[in-house]
Amino acid sequence: MATPTIDAPRSGKIDVKYNRRRGGKGNFEMVAWLFMRLSGVVLVVLIFGHLFVNLMVGDGIHAIDFGFVAGKWASPFWQIWDLLMLWLAMLHGTNGVRTIINDYAERNATRMTLKTVLYIATVVIIVLGTLVIFTFDPCPAGAVTDLPSFCTAK
Amino acid sequence: MSPIETAETAPEPASKIELPAHVGGGGEIPTFDVTLRVRRYNPEVSEDFVWEDYELTMYGTDRVLDALHKIKWEHDGSLSFRRSCAHGVCGSDAMRINGRNRLACKTLLKDLDTKKPITVEAIKGLPVEKDLIVDMEPFFQSYREIMPFLINKGHEPTRERLQSAEERARFDDTTKCILCAACTSSCPVFWTDGQYFGPAAIVNAHRFIFDSRDDAGDMRLEILNDKEGVWRCRTTFNCTEACPRGIQVTQAISEVKQAILSRQV
Repeated sequence: MATPTIDAPRSGKIDVKYNRRRGGKGNFEMVAWLFMRLSGVVLVVLIFGHLFVNLMVGDGIHAIDFGFVAGKWASPFWQIWDLLMLWLAMLHGTNGVRTIINDYAERNATRMTLKTVLYIATVVIIVLGTLVIFTFDPCPAGAVTDLPSFCTAK
Repeated sequence: MSPIETAETAPEPASKIELPAHVGGGGEIPTFDVTLRVRRYNPEVSEDFVWEDYELTMYGTDRVLDALHKIKWEHDGSLSFRRSCAHGVCGSDAMRINGRNRLACKTLLKDLDTKKPITVEAIKGLPVEKDLIVDMEPFFQSYREIMPFLINKGHEPTRERLQSAEERARFDDTTKCILCAACTSSCPVFWTDGQYFGPAAIVNAHRFIFDSRDDAGDMRLEILNDKEGVWRCRTTFNCTEACPRGIQVTQAISEVKQAILSRQV
C-alpha cells in the first residue's frame, strides 16, 4: 500500500479556508447588527399596533374588507405606518436570511446564488409594495363594474 | 531512616472534601466497567474515521484522561492525544466527550453516564491530524492577530504599572483563558466558516481592550470590527458552556460589541 506523504507538524501549512480575506473594511456588519436590534424594537410596536387596529377595534375582524383597506390607505398616517412596516420587516427579514446564508452555505457559489435570489426577491417586494401603498385607488376612473359601493358613480 | 521514608510515614494532611463513608474509608475505591468509544483517525492507514470501543475497568476517582492513558499504556499504544499538565491548566486535552467540549483531565468518569459508551472525539472545526490531535495553527493564527500582548505608548516606568483593584476586576474573567480551543471549536459559526475569529481570540482581545494599562484597545476593536469579527457571533452560548475555566465568553463578546458601538456611533 502506498504511504501518503504527510507534512511535518507545524510546517506552517494552513488550509486556505482559514485564511481571512483582507479588505472588506468598513462598518457594514456593525450597522447591519445595529439595524436588526433597532428595527426589531420598532417592528414590535408597528405590528402589534397593526394587529390591534385591524382585529380588535370596532367590529374587529368582521370589518376587514376591500373598503376597510381602502379607507385606511386614504389616510397618510396609515400609508406611512404600512410603508414603515413593509420596509423594516423586509430589510429585517432579508438581513436575517443573509446571515443564515453566510453561516450555513459552505461553498462560495452556493452562497452567491442564494444571496442573489434573496436580494432580487427583496427588491421586487419592496418596490411593488411601496407602489401599491402610494398608487392605490379604490375607484379607478374608467372602471364601470365591480366598483365598491362607496365610490361615487362616475 | 532516610528523609523519603519520613515523608511517606508522616500523616497526610486532612482532605477538605467530604467523602461518603463507603468511599476511600478502608483505602478501597469503588471500581466500575466503562466502554470508551474513541473516534480514531490515522491518515497513514485510511482517510476514514473509525469508532473503536474499549472495555475498561476504572476507579471512581478516575477521569476520562486516566481512561485514555489506560488505553494507550495497556491496550493500544497507537492511540494519540495531547496532554501536558493533566490538571486543567495547560489546555492541551480539550476534546469532545459525549458530544460536549471538555478537558479530559477535568471530566470525572463517574459524572458521565457509564451505562452507555462514552464517546471521545477530536474537537470540531479544526483539521484532525491523528486520533484526538487537531492542528491548532488556525486557532493560534486568529489569536496572534488580535495582538495578545501589552502595548503601551508612554515611557517605560521604572516600577510596576499601577492599577486599581476595580480596574483589574474589569477584565479579570478573561484573564483565565488557557487557550484550549474548547470554545472556538464548539462554535457553530466557526464550524462552517473557519475565517471567523472565534470566541477565544475575542476573549483574549477583551483581556487587553479593557486593561487600563494598555493603549491599543482601539486597534484591537478595529481588528474585531471585521466582517469575520464579533458581528458573526450569534450568541448561541456554546462557548460559555464549553469553557472549562468558567469564563463568561458570550458576555465578553457582547462587551466588545458594545465597545465598538460606543466608539463609533
